[in-house]
Amino acid sequence: MAFEGRIHKFGDNINTDLIIPARYLITTDPAELAAHCMEDEDPDFPKKVKKGDIIVGGNNFGCGSSREHAPIAIKAAGVSVVIAGSFARIFLRNSINIGLPIMESPEAVGALKAGDSVKVDLEKGTVETTGGKKFSARPFPPFMLEIIKAGGLMNYVRMKKGVK
Amino acid sequence: MGMTVTEKILAAHCGRKAVEPGEFIMAGVDLAMGNDITAPISIEEFGKLGVPVWDRERIALIPDHYQPAKDIRSANLLKQMRDFARKHKIKHWYEVGDAGVEHTLLPQKGMVIPGDLVIGADSHTCTYGGLGAFSTGVGSTDLAAVWATGEIWLKVPESMKFVYTGKPAPWVSAKDIILEVIGRIGVEGALYMAMEHTGEAVKHISVEGRLTVCNMAIEAGAKSGIFEADSVAQAYSRARSGREQSVHRSDPDAKYAKTVEVDTAKMEPVVACHPLPSNTKKVGELAGMRVDQVFIGSCTNGRIEDLRIAAYIMKGKHVHPDCRTVVIPATPEVFRQAMKEGLIDVFMDAGCSVQSSNCGPCLGGHMGVLADGEKCVSTSNRNFTGRMGSPKSEAYLASPSVAAATAVKGTVAHPREVAGEPPEVK
Repeated sequence: MAFEGRIHKFGDNINTDLIIPARYLITTDPAELAAHCMEDEDPDFPKKVKKGDIIVGGNNFGCGSSREHAPIAIKAAGVSVVIAGSFARIFLRNSINIGLPIMESPEAVGALKAGDSVKVDLEKGTVETTGGKKFSARPFPPFMLEIIKAGGLMNYVRMKKGVK
Repeated sequence: MGMTVTEKILAAHCGRKAVEPGEFIMAGVDLAMGNDITAPISIEEFGKLGVPVWDRERIALIPDHYQPAKDIRSANLLKQMRDFARKHKIKHWYEVGDAGVEHTLLPQKGMVIPGDLVIGADSHTCTYGGLGAFSTGVGSTDLAAVWATGEIWLKVPESMKFVYTGKPAPWVSAKDIILEVIGRIGVEGALYMAMEHTGEAVKHISVEGRLTVCNMAIEAGAKSGIFEADSVAQAYSRARSGREQSVHRSDPDAKYAKTVEVDTAKMEPVVACHPLPSNTKKVGELAGMRVDQVFIGSCTNGRIEDLRIAAYIMKGKHVHPDCRTVVIPATPEVFRQAMKEGLIDVFMDAGCSVQSSNCGPCLGGHMGVLADGEKCVSTSNRNFTGRMGSPKSEAYLASPSVAAATAVKGTVAHPREVAGEPPEVK
């Protein structure tokens, strides 16, 4: 799985209340959630974000609530992959489970700026800038790669339970 | 090699004698819980599988975030949950009136006991470590998979040990202890880890207080928090469930990623300032700061002991005219007990708005949403930007006694300023 896109950069501890405030948790509709994605951190983000764009966050990205609405909002906003220094654990699980690609690469986060364009290869675990700089990401354990390859947790469970 | 209490519970749930940090295991689940915000997505995902639920007696569906329904859309989410509960004959479905804040309700109803492994689609599911159970929060899709299989994949966490020494100083509560810890280690200080709470001060922390401490493990990035179940915790659960308890203890040679010592005798009440739970200050450092609203309640501090200490401080007084105050007993059991003890009278005489059992303004959805520029002192667990309402508002996290004293003074106050010395603890 490879992606190419333009970067939106955020800081450390981007929490789920910033990603999608609880006042919008009266719906599970991805498009509606996307319309408010990140708005308490950057009110213009829902208007600025384009299909294929990449979010780069700092450490502890996605901390806070267990709301799956957060990765759903990011995915539905068109974001192709989230790169962060580290992810909060529930957000990490949720992203893999719903099929939002994520990568942990503190080196890439330190070097990348808003507006940069990068190529990301999820399987190889690499991030490459248009200038040719290359960064590596922490590899996923085989366990998680299986879920990612199945296209999320529900497909994985379906396979395991033999449901067509 | 020795194992921690957390490792022992995880090993027992994957049919193994031993597990090590970093290993991936497939663990059997004793109880799987969802609420009115998270369960609707689980229901949609589960529906795609077309399989029956794995065990209707081990699923809990607790409406608490937006119940009774605050608007048409939350009413539809509640209906979706109710319909699912009826269709699958879910045993632990609680209708409005019987329901309350999930993390207070489950221990009270004996749905969680020492040694259990509980998964919940709510980040504060880590609360049950206060009873010596392993419990952790997940998202809706994870929950849906547990409904289908009764299992969940988990990475065995490293453990971080906290040793509490001394007898907590006057007015220092369980909430102050966990805020102090988060202030020291930061909001990712225990990322992916199990926080194990130990030490001689633990005997001074009630079961309710231990639930408060474990409730905020997630605020340090942790996967779980845990106290070993001592005789007090075992008795608490025995009074509520006839199920056999599994009591595990950490081995003396168990391995810890890090150990942090806290001398509770030298502590002071702590307030976590906007916008992070780690942004802590001693209460005195905020003296004089005007506060527009106080909230006493939530899964962190909406239990009977919390209401007792708040009422002790407010008794015979009125909240400051510029500081409206909302009190929410976390469950109907807490509410009824507070009525019997006359605490509700104290709150109403003091001019508090007392609401029915739900999550209330903690997450900024209803029952006390903050306006632009307002400040709130809250006994809840999160103070992120916009958490309790307007993105231009600010939330400050504190113990019930600091919150009550602040409500009376209208500015952040040490409980001593309003009530002198604390009541003798039995």
